[in-house]
Amino acid sequence: MIGYYIDLALRSLKRNLSLTVLMILAIGFGVGASMTMLTVMHVLAKDPIPQKSQVLHYVQLDPRPLRGYTPGEEPIEQSTRQDAETLVREARADHQALMTGGDATIVPAKADLDPFHIDARWTTNEFFTMFDVPFLKGGPWSPQDDANHNRVAVIGKELAEKLFGSTDVVGFTLRVETTEMRIVGVLDTWHPIPHFYDLATDPYGQGEQLYVPWTTSRDLELSRDGNMNCWDSKHDDPTVVGAPCEWIQLWVELDSDAKLSAYHDFLAGYWEDQVRAGRYERPVNIRLRNVTDYLDYNKVIPNDAKLGTYVALGFLIVCLVNTIGLLLTKFLRRSSEIGVRRALGASKASIFLQLLIESAMIGLVGGLLGLILALLGLWGIRHGVSHYADLAHLDLPMLAATIALAILASILAGLLPAWRGCQVAPALQLKSH
Amino acid sequence: MLHMKDVSKVYRTEMVETHALRDLNLEVRAGEFVAVTGPSGSGKTTFLNIAGMLEELTGGTYTLDGVDVKSLDDKARSKLRNEKIGFVFQSFNLIPDLNLFDNVDVPLRYRRMGRGERHKRIETALERVGLASRKKHFPAELSGGQQQRVAIARAIAGNPTLLLADEPTGNLDSQMAREVMQLLEELNEQGTIVVIVTHDPEIAARAQRNVHIVDGIAADVERGPALVHKDPKDPKSFANAETVA
Repeated sequence: MIGYYIDLALRSLKRNLSLTVLMILAIGFGVGASMTMLTVMHVLAKDPIPQKSQVLHYVQLDPRPLRGYTPGEEPIEQSTRQDAETLVREARADHQALMTGGDATIVPAKADLDPFHIDARWTTNEFFTMFDVPFLKGGPWSPQDDANHNRVAVIGKELAEKLFGSTDVVGFTLRVETTEMRIVGVLDTWHPIPHFYDLATDPYGQGEQLYVPWTTSRDLELSRDGNMNCWDSKHDDPTVVGAPCEWIQLWVELDSDAKLSAYHDFLAGYWEDQVRAGRYERPVNIRLRNVTDYLDYNKVIPNDAKLGTYVALGFLIVCLVNTIGLLLTKFLRRSSEIGVRRALGASKASIFLQLLIESAMIGLVGGLLGLILALLGLWGIRHGVSHYADLAHLDLPMLAATIALAILASILAGLLPAWRGCQVAPALQLKSH
Repeated sequence: MLHMKDVSKVYRTEMVETHALRDLNLEVRAGEFVAVTGPSGSGKTTFLNIAGMLEELTGGTYTLDGVDVKSLDDKARSKLRNEKIGFVFQSFNLIPDLNLFDNVDVPLRYRRMGRGERHKRIETALERVGLASRKKHFPAELSGGQQQRVAIARAIAGNPTLLLADEPTGNLDSQMAREVMQLLEELNEQGTIVVIVTHDPEIAARAQRNVHIVDGIAADVERGPALVHKDPKDPKSFANAETVA
């Protein structure tokens, strides 16, 4: 019967073309606007590392003085150098890495290439294992490289191709500022979105092309990016060990609840030790958020994207209300046909299903229109000024979701009209026809 | 086949209560051709709608082919209507954007018949009414008489045991009306029960049996006593016809 109802729906849509076009436009525009913004939200809100987002935890402690303390407040966003280095050295988690964003000038060996700036990351060797960073060639530097402050680097594929015209460059030398560094690994394309491991730099940026051991970066005093907050000015250089400044991200990998609990206990003990040493003054206030919670906590989705989505969904509702009105008109104008069908053996349920399928057909065509409009909308966003503009692309799941939303929306819009349609009293229609 | 006992139908609004049928008793047996007559507003069409299960009765019992109609839900009632009853209406009630073939197909679709069986039945029904060659035409391309013949083809395609016709010749000229009546008589001769509602005494005269309805009460004209209006002030004072046993 479904095939028969589809055939009837197509005939009905052709019969009253202007009304059909109006409904398709209403659904199409509503779905187009909604899917444009929902796609943006989908991209911005997706889990950047789904295979590990529940086991990677961001560490937050609070070494600030008691002055200004408010019970229940959140600890500081980042770690001090002293805490981060100590906790990484203790190595109580499955994996741990400290890091900060940076930038550096690359001096190419090629004479035809001028020196240029790139975004970089100063970190420890377990960064790559912990975040499943894909290597094209070579691998991470070793713990000894960290310990010995070796001049080694991991670079991105794009940088390798730019500098050497190849990715097969492990063992090659790269000049960073004034220092020659040996390349130990070349990364495949890796741009987690959002840039979850460091939200202090652009959360929707393109990521880094240069990774250098933390210890090396401090030796060379390579410049750093991102937020830094200090609560005391007794140090001239806020980046030295012991400076009361937060500027480092510290991540740990804990692959079970038991390990998470044990690590929390370890941090609590560490906190007490710091209190005894006179470094910490505040009561224990530890946060160990996994990736998902950390992104939620940081409200990583921009407000303009959220607002745009609410407006677009509101517009969809307005379009649906209009579609309900148009469908009511369309179905009730066919009361006599419904009466005849009832007389010839159609049950109320059959009529309801027939009319609902007609609504779904409108949704299908409206969905195709909505898809085109969503693609146009995303094209518009990509050519806009928002910092997530480059990400506005429709992927396969969202493409399917567009069609599904359109069909679902039109079925929802068709429920009331179809219900009213199937309630038509056949006897009245047959006599008055 | 069709048995109504003390059937009543009351239409209620907030202000008014209208008794369309009052304790109507009627039995129609296999092979009969019954004409239902009566003045306008007497309840003829209400009777037909209840007989066709297009309306629910307020009181009494109605059994069709041994099935108590009142106990059925909408789905079962629709199935029974589809399998047992064919309708012919005064205004033909063909679906304008379906061609003749697809119009005749409608009741067969609801019976969920296979494609081959449906096609065979449609061809046979259209041949039966002499319109097989025009199966791809649309209703608007046909005369009134031809449209009514298509409606008859649609009614008989499912081989119903009961054909209910509401003023089937009301919109036709006399020539067309004769042809339609002839068709209905032939169907009756082949075993289909025909119940026809009409104003036309000439058509009523062609039926084997006349049932006269006045103020919602049925009287069998041939077999029952003539209606007697006992008290002019009391509409209920019509003596109910002696029902056919």
